[in-house]
Amino acid sequence: MRMKYVLSEVLVGLWRNVTMTIAMIITMAVSLFMLGGSGLLYQKVGDMKDLYYENVEVSIFLKTDVNDQQRTDLQTKLEADPLIKEVTYVDKTEAYKRFQQMYADAPDLVNAVKPDQLPESFRLTLNNPEQYKNIYDEYKASEGIDTIVDQSKLLDKVFGVLTGFQNGALAIAIVMAIAALLLVANTIQVAAYSKRREVAVMKLVGASNWFIQAPFVLEAVVAGLIGSILGLIALITLKTVAAGSSMAALEGLITPISWSEIFLTFPLMAAVGGLVSAVTAWVTLRFYLRV
Amino acid sequence: MTKTYPKASRPSLDNVSVSIEKGEFVFFIGPSGSGKSTIIKMLLHEVTPNKGRVIVNGKDVTSMRSWKRPHFRRSIGCVFQDFRLLPNRTAYENVAFALEVIGKTKAVARRVVPEVLELVGLGGKEHRYPHELSGGEQQRVAVARAFVNRPLILLADEPTGNLDPDTSIEIMRLLDRINRTGTTVVMVTHDSNIVNQMRRRVIEIESGRIVRDQARGVYG
Repeated sequence: MRMKYVLSEVLVGLWRNVTMTIAMIITMAVSLFMLGGSGLLYQKVGDMKDLYYENVEVSIFLKTDVNDQQRTDLQTKLEADPLIKEVTYVDKTEAYKRFQQMYADAPDLVNAVKPDQLPESFRLTLNNPEQYKNIYDEYKASEGIDTIVDQSKLLDKVFGVLTGFQNGALAIAIVMAIAALLLVANTIQVAAYSKRREVAVMKLVGASNWFIQAPFVLEAVVAGLIGSILGLIALITLKTVAAGSSMAALEGLITPISWSEIFLTFPLMAAVGGLVSAVTAWVTLRFYLRV
Repeated sequence: MTKTYPKASRPSLDNVSVSIEKGEFVFFIGPSGSGKSTIIKMLLHEVTPNKGRVIVNGKDVTSMRSWKRPHFRRSIGCVFQDFRLLPNRTAYENVAFALEVIGKTKAVARRVVPEVLELVGLGGKEHRYPHELSGGEQQRVAVARAFVNRPLILLADEPTGNLDPDTSIEIMRLLDRINRTGTTVVMVTHDSNIVNQMRRRVIEIESGRIVRDQARGVYG
């Protein structure tokens, strides 16, 4: 009976103040969507770092007028270097093949470039990608070297951007969470005011505090949970839309976010949504009803 | 006991000491602001004295933790001048509400509520809303709500303040009947007629002090 009473009070409460309830749910949903998104990005950035830094290469491009002696010396030195795991030599023909592959979409460009114009290079895989600096200092003065390019430099930029996105999403999540919090507090105050007669009678006849508070707290929790479900739907929509659009081109670059990962963020979103609402409602009632 | 409200220049109750026995019927009288309502609030554990102790049903209310207050309140029934009924509920529902929010089942309510409504003389009017009842009838609903849980004490804060003399006397007959079941009745009033007719214990308060405590007293 009491459970039935509490639940019907929750539904009545949500419906009585329906515009405020909707505002509360929307802010909650946006906040939790951003929170879930930033959580996913955080995971992804971790995964991608592992994947990319593993395969990262340092390329040493040789001058066009390099002679055989310089090349052989360099190769011997590189192969003996303890920091380097693997050395691959890419000659002009090989470089041209790679170039053709890379620019297969632009035949004009491919036709305009002759194999002779492309530099030979050594591609190095390091034991520890972070030791790039040592490699650079060691070889920059060697004869016949044009430039040394470190792919991890580029990756750092990419990850910098991704981390920026993640922090931005987190910041929006926090700002929206504050807005949601204030809306919950306000909704609970309005609800408590509209039920002030009932509350006064309940206090008078000795209804227990939890029984007086439960409908209000649950009202906020239900709104929080609906918000987290909407946040989840937003994440699903984002994935579906992204998969079918220009974002699909990035698929090779960014490791795809799987469905299971999206669904696994839901418990986090629901817990945060429900808990924040419950605590806010409870604290509001402490001040407003003094129960 | 003594109670001084914050920002008040003089204590609302100044060294007041009263003992009320089980089953007594007591009137508190005195001008507005004399401290009568403070006594009711202390009995309900709404305010605590600055000095002294309040003991209700053998329990020291002064040191009672606030989370124990709800359970304590179940042994005290309350009636007010403004009835305090829920306007969107019928007489039956108003009384049943008081039972249900303290955890009694609907089945208990179905058994007990008609009984108590009959006792207060509202048999046949269970399904009327407060606005369909007269002032006296509304106060009867309030008395039924206060009494349905069979409290040890019934506190009445000017229960006849909004009622005409005839209706007031009917309400007093009702309180008297409740008193005869063994319930202690503590009533705050300004109504000299009633006090003079009932001839019960009268405690007069003035400026926070007891100036008279008389068995079978009159308004004075």
